[in-house]
Amino acid sequence: MTTVLDDPTAARPRPAPATDPAAAVARTRARVGVGDTLTQILAMAWRALKKMRRNPEQFFDVALQPLLFTAMFAYVFGGAISGDVHSYLPLLIPGIVAQTVLTTCMATGTQLREDMDKGVFDRFRSLPMSRLAPLAGPMVADLLRYLIAASLTYVMGLILGYRPGGGVLGVLGAILLAVLTGWAIAWAFTWIGTVARSARGVQGISMMILFPLTFLSNAFVPSKTMPGWLETFTKVNPVSHLVSATRDLANNGVITGQVGWTLLTGFVVVVIFMPLSVASYKRHL
Amino acid sequence: MTAMPAVQADGLVKKFGDVRAVDQIDLEVRQGEIFGVLGPNGAGKTTMLKMLATLLTIDGGRAEIFGVDVAAEPHRVRQLIGVTGQYASVDEDLTAAENLWLFGRLQGLRSADARATARRLLAQFGLGEAAERRISAFSGGMRRRLDLAASLITRPPLIFLDEPTTGLDPRTRGQMWDTIRELVDDGCTVLLTTQYLDEADQLADRVCVIDQGRKVAEGTPDELKTQVGDSTLQLQLAPGADQARARAVVRRVLGEEPVTTPESGRLNVPLDVADRAADVLIALREAGVGIASVSVAKPTLDEVFFALTGHGTAADPGAGGPAGAVPGQDTPSLDHTTTEMAR
Repeated sequence: MTTVLDDPTAARPRPAPATDPAAAVARTRARVGVGDTLTQILAMAWRALKKMRRNPEQFFDVALQPLLFTAMFAYVFGGAISGDVHSYLPLLIPGIVAQTVLTTCMATGTQLREDMDKGVFDRFRSLPMSRLAPLAGPMVADLLRYLIAASLTYVMGLILGYRPGGGVLGVLGAILLAVLTGWAIAWAFTWIGTVARSARGVQGISMMILFPLTFLSNAFVPSKTMPGWLETFTKVNPVSHLVSATRDLANNGVITGQVGWTLLTGFVVVVIFMPLSVASYKRHL
Repeated sequence: MTAMPAVQADGLVKKFGDVRAVDQIDLEVRQGEIFGVLGPNGAGKTTMLKMLATLLTIDGGRAEIFGVDVAAEPHRVRQLIGVTGQYASVDEDLTAAENLWLFGRLQGLRSADARATARRLLAQFGLGEAAERRISAFSGGMRRRLDLAASLITRPPLIFLDEPTTGLDPRTRGQMWDTIRELVDDGCTVLLTTQYLDEADQLADRVCVIDQGRKVAEGTPDELKTQVGDSTLQLQLAPGADQARARAVVRRVLGEEPVTTPESGRLNVPLDVADRAADVLIALREAGVGIASVSVAKPTLDEVFFALTGHGTAADPGAGGPAGAVPGQDTPSLDHTTTEMAR
């Protein structure tokens, strides 16, 4: 019972410190360099890829949505909109590509939020690392998702009888554009991920944005059939630009001004939401 | 020349709405010591530690780590500390080796160096066998050890440990204590929080006690314990035994009044020297007082608290405690190591 007697702290000798605090303080750096930031982003991307490989169910939405929606929309709306399923496909496939990529963006935001609630983020916050890396790393890994989502949509289209006039190059160009745009737009959803209180909240907010944005566009029907005010909206809707640019590339093999508008939109989204996301992530401390 | 303190905090304040989770706490942790922050759940220990570790903003006062201001230069502070949280801050989906490699890479180690460091730390912490296993398959003790290993990758001079042994079985707990002592032998300074008086007693050179966001005491573990007595003799009288006579015997032998629970026939006697338990028992037999059971217990955090603050760890007669805990729940069973002596 006399715990004091065998108290090891009492007899413990105190050697000279192996880690010299004064030297450690002198070694510290005021901020993270660009090279270190890149290394950290890649390390975080590596982590995200590992997690994707170990949780393949995360790919269900990415894989199922293009397959399901392409078939559903083609057979349900094809006859009504374009007379028959086959002639609807060139209109539909680029629309589904845009929709799929945007939905995948939503998953980026949701998963970031889920991730941030885990204990490991406490460690990331306590490490002397760039505050951008935990956000940008998963987004680099997500490039793979956009690639899978966009490619699968074209594969499903081909199965249904879609024969893109733009050839292999046109389709590859369209896929590349979709991947880049998806990556850029995902920054907006990453920001939502850092401000929302829960993963479910991220999903709710994102749906509210995504549904109007994809359906109030030229993704599934020609906008000429809509009332004038709505047609005007679809013309400025960035989703329409992505859809039009994709149609031009995949169906006709031409790069039009729509590609420029799409890239510009993506650029603007990154410029606005990347700093906002980092600031919001820092505020969480 | 006196060495610069590892932690120097003056008047730290953290507010959550109207609640002052940390209220004007001053702290000085000297280089090379283990400093224990002792207090019940909800006392503000973790909040204070997170403020010092740059994980929470400081609402009032200031703090320095080895002379570097926490609020002004958090990035520098992060290069001087290792933080091991209450809940293992490692990635569930990665293996132990992958976790350490990742944290090494994030702190600027080359890939090969990060791998070597991971291997060395895993071996040092007895996790070599489990290196390629995913954390989700780890036991609580293994997670804690990995978490601590992850904090040591860059050999920071100051380690924060938030309740390093809460929820661990006694054997794993002992291993963790040994590991923490080795850290200090290597020249680290350790600031740890705990709700076990026993743990502070075993490990810490100095202790401060926190209650409802305020520091209520500071000193060596021995200084703290002398305020409550070293241990307590608990007597369960046989049915029908004369309680009044038992009290009188205790008073005569020890010169102190026992705390009684008349309904259950129990007597609690503070003991400054455990040997005197025998004197009490012999005197009781001579007086013909029957005893059902006897045990000696170390002082609990509850008793230390009662001695320091006049209320238990959970009770808050004024506004209803911020922790909202039920008395008794806050007293971990491990804290109350009771040794049966006779029956």
